Amino acid sequence: MKLSRNFVSDYVDLSKIDTKTLAEKMVFAGNEYEEISKISPASGLVVGKVLECEMHPESTKLHICKIDLGDSIKQIICGAPNIEKGQKVIVARVGAKLPGGEIKKAKLAGMESEGMVCSLAELGLDSKYVTEEDKKGIHVLEEDAEVGSDALAYLGLDDEYIDFELTSNRADLMSVLGMAYEIGAILNEKVKTPKVQLKETKENICDSYKLSVQTKKCPIYLGKLVHNVTIKESPKWMKERLMASGMRPINNVVDISNYVMLEYGQPLHFFDADKLGNHVIVRNAKEKETLQTLDTQERVLDKNDIVIANEEGPVCLAGVMGGMNTEVEMDTKNIFIEAAIFDSYSIRTTSKKILKSEASIRYEKGIDPNRTKLAIERAAYLLQEYAGGTVTKGILTHDEADHKEKVISITLEKINQVLGMEISKKDVKDIFTRLGFQVDMKGTEFIVTVPTRRLDISIKEDLIEEVGRIYGYDHVKGHLPLLNVKRGGRSEIANYVLELKHRLASLGLTEVITYSLGTKEESNSFTHFESEDITLLEPLSEDKKVMRKSLIPSLLKVFEYNLARKNKDVFIYEAGSIYYKKEGKVKEEKKISGLLYGTYLTNDWKKEKLDVDFYLVKGILENVFHYMGFTNRYEWKENTIIKELHPGRSVQILVDGKVVGYMGQVHPNISKKEVYVFELSVEELMNHSVRMLKFKEVPKYPSIQKDLAFVMKKDMTSKTVMDILKHVGGKMLNSIDVFDVYVGENVKEDEKSIAYSLTFQDPTRTLTDEEVMVTFKKMIEEVEKKTSARVRDK
Amino acid sequence: MKEKMELLKKELKEKLESVSDLKTLNELKTTYLGKKGPIGELSSMMGSLSIEEKKNFGKALNDLKTEVTALLEDVRVSLEEKELNRKLESEKIDVTLPSTKVRVGGVHPITRVIEEVEDLFISMGYDVVEGPEVEEDLYNFEKLNLPKGHPARDSQDSFYITNELLLRTQTSAVQARTMEANKEKGPIRMICPGKTYRRDNDDATHSHQFHQIEGLVVDENVSLADLKGTLEVFAKKMFGETREVRFRPSFFPFTEPSIEVDVSCFKCGGEGCSLCKGTGWIEILGSGMVHPNVLRDCGYDPEKYTGFAFGIGPERVAMLKYGINDIRNFYTDDLRFLNDFNRTEGGK
Repeated sequence: MKLSRNFVSDYVDLSKIDTKTLAEKMVFAGNEYEEISKISPASGLVVGKVLECEMHPESTKLHICKIDLGDSIKQIICGAPNIEKGQKVIVARVGAKLPGGEIKKAKLAGMESEGMVCSLAELGLDSKYVTEEDKKGIHVLEEDAEVGSDALAYLGLDDEYIDFELTSNRADLMSVLGMAYEIGAILNEKVKTPKVQLKETKENICDSYKLSVQTKKCPIYLGKLVHNVTIKESPKWMKERLMASGMRPINNVVDISNYVMLEYGQPLHFFDADKLGNHVIVRNAKEKETLQTLDTQERVLDKNDIVIANEEGPVCLAGVMGGMNTEVEMDTKNIFIEAAIFDSYSIRTTSKKILKSEASIRYEKGIDPNRTKLAIERAAYLLQEYAGGTVTKGILTHDEADHKEKVISITLEKINQVLGMEISKKDVKDIFTRLGFQVDMKGTEFIVTVPTRRLDISIKEDLIEEVGRIYGYDHVKGHLPLLNVKRGGRSEIANYVLELKHRLASLGLTEVITYSLGTKEESNSFTHFESEDITLLEPLSEDKKVMRKSLIPSLLKVFEYNLARKNKDVFIYEAGSIYYKKEGKVKEEKKISGLLYGTYLTNDWKKEKLDVDFYLVKGILENVFHYMGFTNRYEWKENTIIKELHPGRSVQILVDGKVVGYMGQVHPNISKKEVYVFELSVEELMNHSVRMLKFKEVPKYPSIQKDLAFVMKKDMTSKTVMDILKHVGGKMLNSIDVFDVYVGENVKEDEKSIAYSLTFQDPTRTLTDEEVMVTFKKMIEEVEKKTSARVRDK
Repeated sequence: MKEKMELLKKELKEKLESVSDLKTLNELKTTYLGKKGPIGELSSMMGSLSIEEKKNFGKALNDLKTEVTALLEDVRVSLEEKELNRKLESEKIDVTLPSTKVRVGGVHPITRVIEEVEDLFISMGYDVVEGPEVEEDLYNFEKLNLPKGHPARDSQDSFYITNELLLRTQTSAVQARTMEANKEKGPIRMICPGKTYRRDNDDATHSHQFHQIEGLVVDENVSLADLKGTLEVFAKKMFGETREVRFRPSFFPFTEPSIEVDVSCFKCGGEGCSLCKGTGWIEILGSGMVHPNVLRDCGYDPEKYTGFAFGIGPERVAMLKYGINDIRNFYTDDLRFLNDFNRTEGGK
């Protein structure tokens, strides 16, 4: 909402305050602004009179003019084709500041020029305010312009405006009058109301017109007639105020309709009464009904739209745009003024479909039912004064609206309790009065009557806010609340995720955060379970359409992004949710996933480096599992489920025999690089309880170490052997490790040799070599019996 | 006899001067202290002495032994020291050569802000609560005093999945859920961090996905002064001890009164600079007193309970705190950007 200072000054006295200070005060009453500006930012302009005007002898375009600037006569060279002797023009003196720069003394085609004769465009006016005629040359002023006076002031272009960014609840501030009340409350100034003095004819509109309102979506419909208008240019002051309010002046009739809307916040529509006919119908549009609107477009309507119609069909799309068939044109003589209130929700839907206009914005926010009549009369008055119209008596009326003012009672105690302030009874009463609310006292209670323009106020708390914002929140002294002492904390799952995140970070992985939305394909890769997609009804783009079911595709994107930027080692993880539907129900599950690529440890000059491979990722995850309390409880099983992983280099991860996630190299079909990923389900991990930490005696009896190597087929897993060794070793076998994997000489081509190192220990006594040997031999026997592996000689 | 002993010592001292390794020293030791050595020879002469002489001679012999041992020991110590120094010298490395690079990981700057805020509020007795990101219209809007068709919904263009299901546009949705779940138990003190989504095109200041931290206190006699005090603690923790907080009236459908909160500019200290656009203040969050309709719809009697709520934008906090000028940085995840946050701020 652009508020013209000149406009609002009609209704509230601003003589004691400058625009910037006013705007700042408005901010602290809750009304932010974007900018303070002027219609024209130029300065140093005067009204000049062209005393002489002759063509330059050596130019076909330039005129040599002698111009009277009031205090002096200057020679100015002017290239405009329409300059003539005797005209009053806008002159930028030497030193004047225009949007194009400062005016300096100059020589044009050898002639001295002390200033510039200006067009409107040169004043920095928005091109929508400049007529075609004005675009061609300089602007010629009317005869009443006083030579030597400020040209911008004469044109009214020195008006300042504040462009407010209003909150959606303050419908009342969508009008100059509403602004006047707000400013009045802040500055403690009285508000004046617009002038209406009608000289009406004897006949009454109600005698010749019929109104049929056939919809519930129109609580008020008023119509008034004005005959014999003359369509012409609006007076200067009206054009100026429209421009300062951001509206383009068109002609007096259209401008009056806009002017009154700005004044009262009540949109009006003017019909050519002769085209409208004398039966006005307000109804819901019929399905597929059509109307050619003022922008010449053919609109197909539906039953949610409201139309104004005559007996032949629709003539106006209510609250949004008029119809071509009843348009006010240059030769229009008689005008039917409409002032109505339409259902805000319906207008919102229609305007979303067709067009957001100044009128529809106001309808959406809501209209004061007590202004409709004031506005229609004001419009009739202005047509009478500035378009020479004759106003017909009476108002064609349909009115089912509630015009009652709301009465809310509130105690001083409640106000001060909520605001945490100590405002006196007198101050509170004063604030309500300044806001134009009527206040009566009943004991300690304020009985407040709220004018209908304040649609946003309906409960106690609304009044508390009014008191707070006018009194000033800078009076609130902050202190911490006196509440019961209680322990705060995160949920168990939040703590769990936090632990995982920080562990991965300390293992050298960097956390990333990526988008939850992806393409349909992305959202369905790296997952393996039956589920339905969660798809947006209206996505912004195809690549942000479906909620992801795995974090890995996002991590791969981050990987590609970083690789393209020469970040050659990528060690990242993300903790986030995945989303899907199962049996119609929305599910969200927490995952923690990682991607590892490149070199983990490096020292170039020592030619030492540790590149990521399967076993490094496995080690990092084992570190995490140990940290989370799953020592000896996890295992790695062949992956047959995630198709996007390298089938020979991927595993499913199990804890206590249940799958908690997967890990492996990304399938070469997806990435040519050797990149590893993992994804763990936080909920699945949390399903496995972890014992509390407890002290355990460090073993004090010596251990016995034995080494053992088996030759086996290459496709046999080490785990097969290890499982048997563990089983036979029982409690006596403290730990088992692989210390060598060998292929090559002395081992057949399809075979490998794996060497294990076994540690035997009993926490309660010293083991004898003999008893260890018994178990050791049994181990060999069992492995050889149950598998094709053979113990390696030596 | 005495002369013999002196001579022996002198001779040993001379020999020791030229000893340069432990092996020679040990040979010398055996030579002098061994049974067949000069001291042994002397002691074998004892038998031919009288008792009185024996006594004197024995003492002198013992003294000699002690002296010889000490002389040998001194040389041993000094030799070993020399040996060690030689070893250390030979093991000396160029400490200025580059290190073996050990990876440094870290958490995302947004996580960092969220954790810092969580820890602060936990210390004041708040619970950290979570809620679903795919949310019902009921909790995201309706229970927050935003019925269908409310114009304020326009400012939060939403990603709908069905007519009743959407990606939450605000963590305020969790307010309604928490109150509803807690209504029998009474007072609430919670914050809710999480992802939120709006149908905005991504640019330097907009992101279709971003984070919020909702805060909610519901109790008897909670006031705006309590809210201000709480946010002052927050502002000082996040932006520095000398920060001040300023309230401006605003409008949010779920709070009444509604407050826009500014913090005194931490770059210029309030004098006015490019960051605060000359005003000395920076807008940081929206807040207010919980609207009675919200309390009532979620099972709390607005006559008995009041409450305050606030919504912190971790992206905004991080951008201000760390001087980041484009919100997209948080989601493109360039490791050079992220790794700048892989360190502490020295206990602050």
